[in-house]
Amino acid sequence: MNSATVRNLLVRGMLAGLAAGLLALVVAYFLGEPRVDQAIAFEEAHAHEHGGEELVSRTLQSTAGLSTGVLVYGVAFGGIAALAYCFALGRTGRFGPRASALLLAAAGLVAVYVVPFLKYPANPPAVGDPDTLDQRTTLYFLMVVLSVLLAVGTVILGKRLAPRLGNWNATVAAGAFFVLVVGLAYALLPSYSNVPEGFPATLLWQYRLAALAVQVTLWTAYGLLFGLLAERVLTPRTAAGPEGAAARATPVPH
Amino acid sequence: MAQSAVAQPTASPTTPTAVPAKLPISAIAPWAVFFGILMLVLLYFVGAEQGATSLVSGEGVHEWVHDARHLLGFPCH
Repeated sequence: MNSATVRNLLVRGMLAGLAAGLLALVVAYFLGEPRVDQAIAFEEAHAHEHGGEELVSRTLQSTAGLSTGVLVYGVAFGGIAALAYCFALGRTGRFGPRASALLLAAAGLVAVYVVPFLKYPANPPAVGDPDTLDQRTTLYFLMVVLSVLLAVGTVILGKRLAPRLGNWNATVAAGAFFVLVVGLAYALLPSYSNVPEGFPATLLWQYRLAALAVQVTLWTAYGLLFGLLAERVLTPRTAAGPEGAAARATPVPH
Repeated sequence: MAQSAVAQPTASPTTPTAVPAKLPISAIAPWAVFFGILMLVLLYFVGAEQGATSLVSGEGVHEWVHDARHLLGFPCH
């Protein structure tokens, strides 16, 4: 029964991720793509030579390619977030199914994207030295992993402090801990800034805002949609049926 | 504003949300391990394949997801 609940939540999480991915795709196409094209135009105007033919045409990259990437990303994070939701449910505080989903999505946005983004922001084509790609990739993924682990640690810390400090103060203290450690990581990890001479600052700013908008859309839509679907999975269990009532009445000792 | 704030406690038709029961770790773990890894592999192909590391030779994957990689914030080139 419990395993079936996990499966149902996982499937709905992936579907919600797909739907959220579609919305994010709309944002990426209309806000992001014009800036990518402008950056590529800059790159080509300043390139010494642009050897080699295109493997995938720009039209395909900006439509089918973009869709593949964004939708797979949405489904993948939808699934992972649904699994995290299964762990978090009933373990993080007195939140119902929908509030839990939205809080989880907000935490996901901050931990998976915003924290790494503030240190290693999204770069349009033409920005970024190919020679440092290996380090930048490693550091970016390291930052994501670090930030997710830190977010989990923060929740656990908050739970531990709550009996002593009360919910409000425990949340503030755990949040301060999160900010402090993130700040420390920012200070200690190396930075890379390879904006080519003459690259328009406004274009870079708009590009990065667009990238942020894609993620905010994705995670917000996911949180709202998955919360709705998860509530439908969970409510019959708690509201009706002898099994559901029994499961709720006994404090589960697993 | 003030009116709705006053009215809410009495007028609220919804019962306080029941906190959902915990799902046992043993029920989550198999799904988490199998699907968690599958999802991470998917993310790897969108985010990093044929960039810093390469499992499939060539540039096809990189070029196909090029725009998505840029706009999702992964280091691309």
